[in-house]
Amino acid sequence: MAIFLTEKSRILVHGMTGSEGSKHTKRMLASGTKVVGGVTPGKGGQVVDFDGIAIPVFNSASEAVAATNADTSVIFVPAKFTKAAVIDAVDAEVALIVVITEGVPVHDTTEFFAYAQKSGKSRLIGPNCPGLITPGKSNVGIIPADITGPGPIGLVSKSGTLTYQMMYELRDIGFSTAVGIGGDPVVGTTHIDCLRAFQDDPDTKAIVMIGEIGGDAEERAAAFIKEYVTKPVVGYVAGFTAPEGKTMGHAGAIVSGSSGTAAAKRDALEAVGVRVGVTPSESAQLLRSILGK
Amino acid sequence: MDLFEYQARDLFEAHGIPVLPAQVARTPEEARSAAKAIGGRVVIKAQVKTGGRGKAGGVKVAENPDEAFEKASAILGMDIKGHRVNAVMVAQAAPIDSEYYLAILLDRAQRSFLVMASVSGGMDIEEVAHKTPEKLAKVLVDPLKGIDQAQALAIATQANFPADIRDSVAKVLLDLWKCFVAEDATLVEINPLVKTNDGKIIALDGKVTFDDNAIFRHADHEVLVDHDATDPLEAMAKEKDLNYVKLEGEVGIIGNGAGLVMSTLDVVAYAGEKFGGVKPANFLDIGGGASAQVMADGLAIILGDKDVKSVFVNVFGGITSCDAVANGILQALEILGPKAAKPIVVRLDGNNVVEGRRILNEAAHPLIQQVDTMDGAASRAAELASASSGVAK
Repeated sequence: MAIFLTEKSRILVHGMTGSEGSKHTKRMLASGTKVVGGVTPGKGGQVVDFDGIAIPVFNSASEAVAATNADTSVIFVPAKFTKAAVIDAVDAEVALIVVITEGVPVHDTTEFFAYAQKSGKSRLIGPNCPGLITPGKSNVGIIPADITGPGPIGLVSKSGTLTYQMMYELRDIGFSTAVGIGGDPVVGTTHIDCLRAFQDDPDTKAIVMIGEIGGDAEERAAAFIKEYVTKPVVGYVAGFTAPEGKTMGHAGAIVSGSSGTAAAKRDALEAVGVRVGVTPSESAQLLRSILGK
Repeated sequence: MDLFEYQARDLFEAHGIPVLPAQVARTPEEARSAAKAIGGRVVIKAQVKTGGRGKAGGVKVAENPDEAFEKASAILGMDIKGHRVNAVMVAQAAPIDSEYYLAILLDRAQRSFLVMASVSGGMDIEEVAHKTPEKLAKVLVDPLKGIDQAQALAIATQANFPADIRDSVAKVLLDLWKCFVAEDATLVEINPLVKTNDGKIIALDGKVTFDDNAIFRHADHEVLVDHDATDPLEAMAKEKDLNYVKLEGEVGIIGNGAGLVMSTLDVVAYAGEKFGGVKPANFLDIGGGASAQVMADGLAIILGDKDVKSVFVNVFGGITSCDAVANGILQALEILGPKAAKPIVVRLDGNNVVEGRRILNEAAHPLIQQVDTMDGAASRAAELASASSGVAK
């Protein structure tokens, strides 16, 4: 078991004929992911060869789904085309849509998130995220597949490199699924969605939750943990030294006035019994001690 | 990007929202001509992107052009909460009957847009929300439908605007929504929205924030950037397409990935507590690629910061392999030559780390010290910064 992504997931790559899309399609295939098609409007009918694996290109997600039974879309198209790509995938009733693209205007995201919600058929992850990996089974996005293997830890994080860092720190234990939810102010899947799925996943024994400054997603996640999660959760929050009013790399990572601070997030998590490390390594150690490893 | 009040005023005007005649002035002389052009009594308002300017003496009434000159002289150059006043807005004075509040913003938690409206305007709206939440109407907007005439009127009614001005307020709200969407704003706020003694509805002060991600479809927003307030190092970094934020400490930071770099700042500050309280000097995310040129550009900016005493390069090789990063660092130092003269602590981990570390060990560059863990490397960088800045241990 795992969350959102399994060995059966059939993947469409939107923007597969572009440089990023093609580079990462190759990596996804190399890690055993079932990439079944590409979507690039105007390039339908082409076939792209990835080291001997021929992947067909379609003009739309609907055409692609009809031909391949795909159930997952991963989007690498440039920011200005992202909204159209997501709407295309939602219209095709793709169950999981993962938006890797960074720099998507938040009005577009708010609109296509509402569109996906209304359809009721699609879960959106991202934008501005590294994707998700169920080690040994499937890898959708840009997370390196060779950091670690399958295991009992579920990971949810706003940050890509901190996801990799944490997977690396705990590589001898392994992960059920690691989800990068993205660092934008509006994202399709939240910490709470992942916490709920990990709580319900029998193969996940403990959860690592990585947050950062901006918004109040971590505070709301803390309230949810208190109400729903019985599995051990270890936290890490980045951005204690971030000044007020400055965007720190991620579009959503900004302390506004007194809200969105790392300290408030840590305090909220600790108040519901989540142990929060001062450094990523310390959080990894806390998880180790909980699992007795 | 946040706008100045005068920029917000001009934007509102362009979208059909009623505002008062006003002009921006950067010298007392300009303020005098502006007052003359507007005629009658005017208000001189400091243009700073912070609250509390009234209390700080940054808003003054002038009865005539000479007084406008005098008041502008007093306000220009003032320091309001660390913001220097470089411009004032000279606006027609209006006899105010009532003050209201109207705003549309991105609601991150609801992942939607939110209208906030209140008949208790003119004060800090967070205080209204906190002390008298019943006086603040909050209505979520369906992002797929937007706001129409009927809904605007319903909101004005729900917020208890008096019946005789509801239509005018609804019209302002509708235009404000159009402005919010057309300009890719994350906040458009009118505080206060006023009713004048002769019954006109006017946006007297405004706050606007644009979504930086949408700049590609708003070439016209570029001219609104306040270059005076941009730190010179930040400006240089922007030219090189680097994601850099200047901070106040002594340890220069380079890393890959926004989250890891934020974490690196924290770990350095934490380690710095043991070394006289040294702190990170900047945020710099060089992204996934970490090529030699990007590394050189990044190092050049950090080494150009006179406050920096040591540098911490913290890279986790995800897709990028550590040997490429190691070579990138060495090539960057070659490109920089004698300009690189501060100790550099490097922590590499992840993809092909053994080879990456071997390359740096073999090069034995006099400036580079390798430490294998992030915590250990942060501590070393803090120690070096503290030693060279002479901070007492």
